[in-house]
Amino acid sequence: MALAVGCRARPGKSRENRTGSWRVFKPYFDHETCSKCGMCKTLCPEGCILEDPSGAFDPDYAYCKGCGICAAECPKEAITMKQEEK
Amino acid sequence: MLEITEGSHAVAEAVRLSRPQVISAYPITPQTHIVEALAEFVANGNLDAEYITVENELSALSACIGASAAGSRAYSATTSQGLALMFEVCFNAAGMRLPIIMSIANRALGAPLSIWNDQQDSISLRDSGWLQFYAEDNQEATDLHYIAYRVAEDPSVLLPAFVCFDGFILSHTYEPVDMLTQQDADRYLPKFAPAERLDMADPVSFGMYATPEYYLEFRYEMDQAQKKAKGVIAKAGKEFGSLFGRDYSALIEGYHLDDAETAIIAMGSICGTIKDAVDEMRAEGKKVGLLKIRVFRPFPSEEIATMLSGIKRVAVLDKNISLGAKGATALEIRDALYGSGIPVNGFVLGLGGRDVRKRDIKEIVTLVEKGQGDQFYGLKKELL
Repeated sequence: MALAVGCRARPGKSRENRTGSWRVFKPYFDHETCSKCGMCKTLCPEGCILEDPSGAFDPDYAYCKGCGICAAECPKEAITMKQEEK
Repeated sequence: MLEITEGSHAVAEAVRLSRPQVISAYPITPQTHIVEALAEFVANGNLDAEYITVENELSALSACIGASAAGSRAYSATTSQGLALMFEVCFNAAGMRLPIIMSIANRALGAPLSIWNDQQDSISLRDSGWLQFYAEDNQEATDLHYIAYRVAEDPSVLLPAFVCFDGFILSHTYEPVDMLTQQDADRYLPKFAPAERLDMADPVSFGMYATPEYYLEFRYEMDQAQKKAKGVIAKAGKEFGSLFGRDYSALIEGYHLDDAETAIIAMGSICGTIKDAVDEMRAEGKKVGLLKIRVFRPFPSEEIATMLSGIKRVAVLDKNISLGAKGATALEIRDALYGSGIPVNGFVLGLGGRDVRKRDIKEIVTLVEKGQGDQFYGLKKELL
């Protein structure tokens, strides 16, 4: 992305600002344990947990800030937060 | 045409002739007469502008940000506590690269409350990204407004600017001022035509957030714009000179510096007093000169180093103090002259309206000749 004078931006800028770089802890989803209840997607404040056609959930790591709410709320404890190596 | 007029009214007239489309300001001593005059111009139909009254200075400059982003030439004026209240907004205006012009009738900052002159207010915002011009007299205060708009709106600069002139000493003093005609002002200052503006048909956000991947580069670009402003000021100041006879192309001015051994460095109205003191000291055979700083941001480090090459000693007068360090100008002059071996002696003086007289200037020259400096000048020992 080229710098715009005065940090001016057209609509759609939030797609370009990949907030995944803010993350310290990264969520890992265990699909074996997951009951596909969708609580993680509902509660994700970033709205970055996506459902695939089979009903399984995965975060979009380009935008996931690693807040850990999904892991704390998952009733099956199927999400693990691990410190990320960069 | 030469008119005898109050500094504030001369500035208000220059602002009127610059055709701002939006003015938003909150009255505060000693800036009040400027905004009163502008409000009157608008009310009487002598200036086709939107005058937005607001509840405080933070809102005043915020309104100017909106106006400027929408493509209008915007103007405000303030001083002291009013400017302090704009602190956050000043950084935003600069970061969004909006060429707002603001007159600062320089005044001390409280506490203790003081309505009198020094330059602590604008100096405290030296890191905000605004260009800073300082006027010696009311003619300069008036002319610098046209220059400021020309430079600020230049596509290679796009930064807001303070035009600083000493509160009361200039703002409330009557002097003859040569006023431009509207035709002349229009010839010098074309209509503000930004490449990008707020537009319902083509939405754009100003000052979006920047992640750590981008922020450093945005700040670098602002610093580059400050540096580019030097050349733009030189060009705009020269053109003003060729049209109207008063050349403002130099960021600094020397007065009897050519064979001087001691240079006094200062900015603002104190330079007039220093010139008189220099004349008297010259008559007594003292090789003294003045280096006047007209542009404090961008800071003319290289220009100062060049002008002072061969000088034996320097006295820097600061009407401000970075508490716990030194006067702001003295610090920057030390940086400009680093490695030259020229001793730099700073004097903090005139704070909160304390008069600085010719005999004070002469005494300071005597002190630096003895190698003394880096002190408050004129302290009343009996009060301490």
